[in-house]
Amino acid sequence: MKSFAPVLTVVGAIFVIWYGAAVVLNSAWAYDKAKRADVTLSFSEMVTDTWSQEKPLLPAPHQVVKEIYKTTVLKKITSKRSLIWHGWITLSATLLGFAMGTGFGILLAVGIVHSRAMDMSVMPWVIASQTIPILAVAPMIIVVLNAVGISGLLPKAFISMYLSFFPVVVGMVKGLRSPDAMQLDQMRTWSALKPTMFWKLRLPSSMPYLFPSLKIAMAASLVGAIVGELPTGAVAGLGARLLAGSYYGQTIQIWSALISAAVLAAALVALIGLLQNITLKRMGMLR
Amino acid sequence: MSWILGALVFWAAMWAVNVKLSKGPKTRLISLVVPTIFGITLLVLWECMVRGLNISPVLLPAPSAIAVRFANSLPILWVDFVQTFMKGALSGYIIGCGAAFLTAIAVDRSPFLQRGLLPVGNFVAALPIVGMAPILVMWFGFDWQSKAAVVVVMVFFPMLVNTVEGLKASDHMQRDLMQTYGASYFQGLTKLRLPAAMPFIFNGLKICSTLALIGAIVAEFFGSPIKGMGFRISTEVGRLALDMVWAEITVAALAGSAFYGAVALIEKGVTFWHPSQR
Repeated sequence: MKSFAPVLTVVGAIFVIWYGAAVVLNSAWAYDKAKRADVTLSFSEMVTDTWSQEKPLLPAPHQVVKEIYKTTVLKKITSKRSLIWHGWITLSATLLGFAMGTGFGILLAVGIVHSRAMDMSVMPWVIASQTIPILAVAPMIIVVLNAVGISGLLPKAFISMYLSFFPVVVGMVKGLRSPDAMQLDQMRTWSALKPTMFWKLRLPSSMPYLFPSLKIAMAASLVGAIVGELPTGAVAGLGARLLAGSYYGQTIQIWSALISAAVLAAALVALIGLLQNITLKRMGMLR
Repeated sequence: MSWILGALVFWAAMWAVNVKLSKGPKTRLISLVVPTIFGITLLVLWECMVRGLNISPVLLPAPSAIAVRFANSLPILWVDFVQTFMKGALSGYIIGCGAAFLTAIAVDRSPFLQRGLLPVGNFVAALPIVGMAPILVMWFGFDWQSKAAVVVVMVFFPMLVNTVEGLKASDHMQRDLMQTYGASYFQGLTKLRLPAAMPFIFNGLKICSTLALIGAIVAEFFGSPIKGMGFRISTEVGRLALDMVWAEITVAALAGSAFYGAVALIEKGVTFWHPSQR
């Protein structure tokens, strides 16, 4: 609660800057219109005009909110103009990719922790894999998988998976190695087998490391799904809304897709935060 | 069939070598050789699978075909590299990281602003910022300026959060010591807190180095002059010239790794005192 006022101030400042920038960026068009209609604009008229143009360079926040309201509440969910419908398509790809990436990441981490050969040969490549701008390759993956007959959800999910497995691997390797020598020795004096050690010691103690990784993975996964929707010819999904908006100069549509993506990301990350709190509390790890 | 069989045998043999090598003492040479062997194994596996299963080059070209294409189209690749990496990514990276650094210093004196900026910055850093690309392309035109703008927006917040976090890294005792020396705010900043912040700052710089390349390439999907890595990838995919696409990916991977490596090298020099470097 201590940071409530400062955050509110910063957010307020962002809105002020946003409205101001809308005036600056859109004023040229407003004056241009007025000149052609042979009227002179007073300052207040100019300002109201910049905040209500149909295709502004930068739409004012209230225009975006109105557009989002129009495309979520007033449209039927099954309609192709409904943001909820587009959002759901993106969300399903995100979740599938996230699940695959998390599963793959955990498996890889378990292998790396238990096999020295794998640690030495795979780990450098896991890190190197992230310097490759996979998002740039997304169109190719989509097109190629389409050619093989895999279309729809899976190609997008693959991109999400590639982006989301990395934080999970790094976090889980750290987490699975977090039990100290004393705890491991204790398990050995009980002559615990490797699987027992894994389930009873390594896995539980990795939980505090797992959840922060999951948050990063979820955010990355959403980005992957959105970029994955760009090259499919703008059919459906938030990414497609972005692309279609940019083709037809519908700035308000772009911004509403962008804001809903942001809200989606925030909600997903908050959900994982909630799971984290519950899990760690029940495991007695929350301080 | 023999290709596939050969690949599997090669894989098994190389894995055995790696297992044997990794059992021995961990010298510098071995920790370099082992991943190299693994990488070569992957390439050989890829080549043999493509040949053995007769995969069409439209779907997945063999590494050898990509290498040939890479060698044959060096001039085009160089033009694309200059357009995307030098002009788009690098200039955006410098502007964005510089601006974030200066902002962090500017808000440093006000804990109120810091408390407000950190959560907002963390929130924005998790957002799909690449989505801003079409808007910025609309504002700044098709040439590299718009790509640099996308990169600036993408790297700003991760860098800001890391720098603000880093400026808090020095502990109370150290700051008190500076005070007993009668150090002014700026002396404290340059002599103690900035050096202490360096591991965090470089963490941010490393994260941003990969983000910058991604931002520049993705921004080109929304419109670009007829050069650039993103432009080339999207048009060559349309022509199903996948070997060219993979050649571009190779360039991107090399550029990305080299960029990251360069930042990591500078970090090693600057933060030599940090436990993780010793």
